Amino acid sequence: MNWKFRVCPTTGLKVHDSAETLIQVNAVTAIVFLLVGGALALLMVLTRWQVVHILPADYFYRLLTLHGIAMLVAWIIFFEMAVLYFASAVLLSHRLAVPWLAWTQYILMLVGAAMVTVMVLMGKADVMFTSYIPLQAHHMYYLGVILFAVGAILGCIVFFATVTSAKVEGAYEGSLSLVTYGAAAAAIIAILTLAHGAIALIPTWLWALGVIPMMDPEAYILMFWGFGHSSQQINLCAMIAIWYLLGTLTVGSKPISEKYCRTAFLFYILFVLIPSEHHLLVDPGLSAAHKVWNTGYFMHLAILASMMHAFSVPAYVEVALRKKGYTKGLFGWLKEAPWGNPAFSSLVFSVVGFGFLGGISGVVYGTEQINIISHNTLRIPGHFHATVVIGTTMAFMGVTYYVLPLIFKREVAFPTAARWQPYIYGTGMTIFSVAMMFVGGFGVPRRHWDITAADAVFQLNYGPVVNIGLAITAIGGILAAIGGLMYCLIAVATLLIGKKIPQEA
Amino acid sequence: METEEKERRVNYWQVFYDDIFLLFFLGAAIFLISYTIWGLIELSAAPLSPLV
Repeated sequence: MNWKFRVCPTTGLKVHDSAETLIQVNAVTAIVFLLVGGALALLMVLTRWQVVHILPADYFYRLLTLHGIAMLVAWIIFFEMAVLYFASAVLLSHRLAVPWLAWTQYILMLVGAAMVTVMVLMGKADVMFTSYIPLQAHHMYYLGVILFAVGAILGCIVFFATVTSAKVEGAYEGSLSLVTYGAAAAAIIAILTLAHGAIALIPTWLWALGVIPMMDPEAYILMFWGFGHSSQQINLCAMIAIWYLLGTLTVGSKPISEKYCRTAFLFYILFVLIPSEHHLLVDPGLSAAHKVWNTGYFMHLAILASMMHAFSVPAYVEVALRKKGYTKGLFGWLKEAPWGNPAFSSLVFSVVGFGFLGGISGVVYGTEQINIISHNTLRIPGHFHATVVIGTTMAFMGVTYYVLPLIFKREVAFPTAARWQPYIYGTGMTIFSVAMMFVGGFGVPRRHWDITAADAVFQLNYGPVVNIGLAITAIGGILAAIGGLMYCLIAVATLLIGKKIPQEA
Repeated sequence: METEEKERRVNYWQVFYDDIFLLFFLGAAIFLISYTIWGLIELSAAPLSPLV
């Protein structure tokens, strides 16, 4: 068969036309959901800011549900599909295997996400992201999530089929490149995760339809968190694969030890899923042995993997910059780093935010004794906004500044705004996450419209420091919303008015 | 000749690391046994509340 390729003038990579189109549609759809989720995020912070408190209670819970789904599921997984196709077909300079299956992936995910969005906006699924039993949404909501999950599994199958056909047809020999290897780790975790999502939600869908008379809430929670928390590990692997890609693209670095980096990915594949258990630490149906085993030594091997990457990525950036001659003093290389390149500054925010804010707080809050007192407070959203937003989202934003010229064949529009965007977004999200963890330390509950319990028999008074903390959280959130809007506008403007880059067939 | 043969022979660990399907099955086995199946067995063995 004749496959249609073009050669990228910058990287020399062969780009298959089907892969290119599918990367484009998945990435654009992801950015649309980021815009929707970002607008909702602004409403969330303006409601949690006690003085403003903009939304009424019913809209707060409804839009918080949609915010979680738009950001944590739709934006990230659509973008991950683009990453999987990029890491397989483009980086291996090979054709995308079974493009029709990849289109099925896209259509299923789009239909699923649209169904979920409509159901939530209609007020038929005010069940929050977790949709814990016995809360019941409309059956179309569950069907939407199932279609989305099945679509994402198909995307992973296309990735593995592409890597396998590249190996069989001799597109590469020996080991996969490190970035593709990281993407493979993400795809392995994705299949296991999404299968748990299907096992949790298919019976729930039948329950909502009335086919099944009752559901076991504990079995649901066990399976849901096999999906809900593990899905963040897909982000983790995809993000770290992008860190290695961005290191190469921005400063021309190469990993100091491939074996070391691959061992860290291996630890993820084997051990990063079982910490889902920390969501179940106060559930009465599971034994202490199950809880301790799954949040014990094996979990710490996954944490060790993150520490390995946390040393590896800055080290190979330093080595690359020192090789370029920036050897003055201990930190001369850091001073001379390309801080004006939005992809590099995004990488630095992502590594530091994920490692120092998200990673460390996650290890602390995941410990059994601390988890029990922190889990339902704002400390946890503070933690996961550092991992998923500063970490994953900023890595995805950074790589976008290379995907736009490589895949969309256009120069990035508004380059000055692009240079500032990561600083505005990263600073805003850092303020937001730190302030949220701070007020969570005072016991302020998460997912709560009225923390003062104004209509209850007993009112709660957290004191002025909490009100100031929530105001700072909101200010950080507003700054991040401006940075997020800048990213979306730059991406859209690049597609519409960005200067076309000439290509050879 | 012997050196060339040695160079061509791939280390067992390298074969293990490169076999993404083997890693998939190992990852699935650890997660399913340690978290999912063990958890479901414990939940199914839990006594029903007298209120049910």
